[in-house]
Amino acid sequence: MSEITIPTEVCDFIREWKGKPGNLIMVLQKVQEHFGYIPRATVFEVAELLEVPVAKIYGVITFYHLFKLTKPGKNQIAVCMGTACYLKGGEDLIQELERQLGVGINTVTEDGEFSVEAVRCIGCCGLAPAMTINGKAFGTVKTNELAPILAKFGRTQ
Amino acid sequence: MKFSHEDLNLHRDTLRAGKTVTQVLVGMGTCGIAAGAKTAFQSLKKSISENALQVEVELKQTGCLGLCFSEPTVEVKSVNGTSTVYGNVDTAFAERIVKEHLSTGIALSEHVYETPAADLFDPEAEPLKQKRIVLRNCGFMDPEKIDEYIAREGYAALSKAIATMTGDDIIEELKTSGLRGRGGAGFPCWQKWGFSKDTDSDQKYIVCNADEGDPGAYMDRSVLEGDPHTVLEAMALAGYTIGANQGYIYIRAEYPLAIERLNMAIEQAKERGLLGQNILGSAFSFEIELRLGAGAFVCGEETALLASIEGKRGMPIPRPPFPSVKGLWGKPTVINNVETSANIPMIILKGGAWYAEIGTASSKGTKVFAVTGKIKNSGLIEVPMGSTLREIIYDICGGIEGGKRFKAAQTGGPSGGCITAGFLDVPIDYESLQSIGSMMGSGGMIVMDEDDCMVDVTKFYLEFTVDESCGKCAPCRVGGRTCYDILDRITKGLGEPDDIQKLTDIGHAMRKASLCGLGQTAPNPVMSTIKYFEEEYHAHIHDKKCPTGKCKSMVTYTINDLCIGCRLCARACPVDCIAGEAKELHLIDQSQCIKCGLCFDNCKFEAIDRT
Repeated sequence: MSEITIPTEVCDFIREWKGKPGNLIMVLQKVQEHFGYIPRATVFEVAELLEVPVAKIYGVITFYHLFKLTKPGKNQIAVCMGTACYLKGGEDLIQELERQLGVGINTVTEDGEFSVEAVRCIGCCGLAPAMTINGKAFGTVKTNELAPILAKFGRTQ
Repeated sequence: MKFSHEDLNLHRDTLRAGKTVTQVLVGMGTCGIAAGAKTAFQSLKKSISENALQVEVELKQTGCLGLCFSEPTVEVKSVNGTSTVYGNVDTAFAERIVKEHLSTGIALSEHVYETPAADLFDPEAEPLKQKRIVLRNCGFMDPEKIDEYIAREGYAALSKAIATMTGDDIIEELKTSGLRGRGGAGFPCWQKWGFSKDTDSDQKYIVCNADEGDPGAYMDRSVLEGDPHTVLEAMALAGYTIGANQGYIYIRAEYPLAIERLNMAIEQAKERGLLGQNILGSAFSFEIELRLGAGAFVCGEETALLASIEGKRGMPIPRPPFPSVKGLWGKPTVINNVETSANIPMIILKGGAWYAEIGTASSKGTKVFAVTGKIKNSGLIEVPMGSTLREIIYDICGGIEGGKRFKAAQTGGPSGGCITAGFLDVPIDYESLQSIGSMMGSGGMIVMDEDDCMVDVTKFYLEFTVDESCGKCAPCRVGGRTCYDILDRITKGLGEPDDIQKLTDIGHAMRKASLCGLGQTAPNPVMSTIKYFEEEYHAHIHDKKCPTGKCKSMVTYTINDLCIGCRLCARACPVDCIAGEAKELHLIDQSQCIKCGLCFDNCKFEAIDRT
């Protein structure tokens, strides 16, 4: 755990924002952008750099959906759970992904390659049901298209 | 170069005097790109450079045209002004557009997006169902180039206001226009601005709420991606009016493209002296910064939003005092959402009276809707207030997908309610929607057909609000959870006779006692569906049946004698739980069945019963 430290460029960003009011969320976004999540050790560093209590930082992290405290899979699958996607079968996609990957939602496959999460509307309602893998969007996805899509990201079987 | 008023006018004239050439516009909003607009763009570019065309062609990216169902879209605008919009453009078709349409000047007949685009591109087409004020630039210009915005009257309103109007003049103009906030509640815009202007303070703020959290709504994203400068201009106008010199745009981190384009727009506007110190050479200065949201629906509530900008947990606080008097860091703050903002430059430029001519008595102007769900042509539309649901669904969006029967349209997202077939002809405005138990909301309109279970959809919304409740007040925290639990039970076939009464009682309590809009409106989907679809609740509770088959735990699939043993269902089954040799009666292993319904959908002989 302790070897995780915030790299210099992110530290510079934090110092730059230190004087600005309301900086905490922007700083946490930056940390997450770098690591893919917010490692526990970095929270203590941020607390020191910004001179705010760790408790306050945890309060903010746990309030917002976007911040993650655990490391996601190398390939992050996000299935849209907006209303249009829900009506058009978003839940079926999640079930099928869980079945194919053998993991539940919000957990990482054993090899660390994939994680599945349900996310808030990604605004591609015209393409419902939609999902993204590492930010790349896939529209009007059918359950039988999932295996070929996963294969593109190195999933065998 | 930093512009003066004169420079801006001269620059606009120069831009407009430029030669007109054939334009090829590719819609590059998030959904366009997701559907492959970048590939289409590259193919067009390559093909244009490889073919020696007789005509000069300008290829450019634009924001979203709103034809989401046919992305990626490409519009060819010829010199004489005629337009053809092609949908679903892939590499092969992109080449054909160049080799055939651009080479010969004769439009192709395939992939053409016909109605309702006629409304948009042929001003003579009558009756004009759509009217574009908010989306006036989306799909028509390159959002990454300030010059294109300037050529389309951009920053002319700001220039007019600074040169010739006082803050009171602007507020008067807004009052005449009748513009009401498009975020949901519909509060008159001029009043908000007026309160802030009349409050003495050393510091005031303008905030643009771009934290579009409603599932199924993406109007704001399209405006930000397609026309970012209009939001900046509106914020500067607000700043000039109330005497603020700092603005914040609170935007979802989930909208990376919008963030990128806004940052670009802010830089460009600063270079031209249209933002920053001494705007257009005047004494007025105004800065805009972005603040990213981090995924919390409650932050659409204005006091929660302000807490979030301050870097705190986004918890709402009781009002009054209202933010227009005591807002960000305790200072007077005007908060407008993106769509409201996009109206403002046009009102200043053309006058409040012009705007007030559009719409109904109490609701002026236009409304943008993101029409999605079981609709044939899903997309982004803008209609005058007072249009009917029938016009939107059938005339503009082509009716229900697959020729099914319309059941309800849900507006206002998790805070709204449904509009049923009986209200298809009600003119839509703030009051009429409220009177039928729905609400305008931010503009998400989800169309549901006969296959959708209203109890299941209501459970979906409650799950959302329970998850998004900040937990500060008990009516929302406990009431929402209890409603969800009851609905969950009902959809699992475990409903009890007094459940409807319980839901109604809790709903009333939540409406009365919750601290903020989220909790007060969270029971709306419940109340609205009980009002219009009570029989569906009864079917679930008393008959233990889901009429649509959506509630999976109440459904069993079995194979009847009509089965000819074609094996279609067995092949479709994702869990391989259908046994039987070819040409023999098949059997579903109920212990393995996941009730996905694929066998039912695939059977051509009505041999599968859903009970």
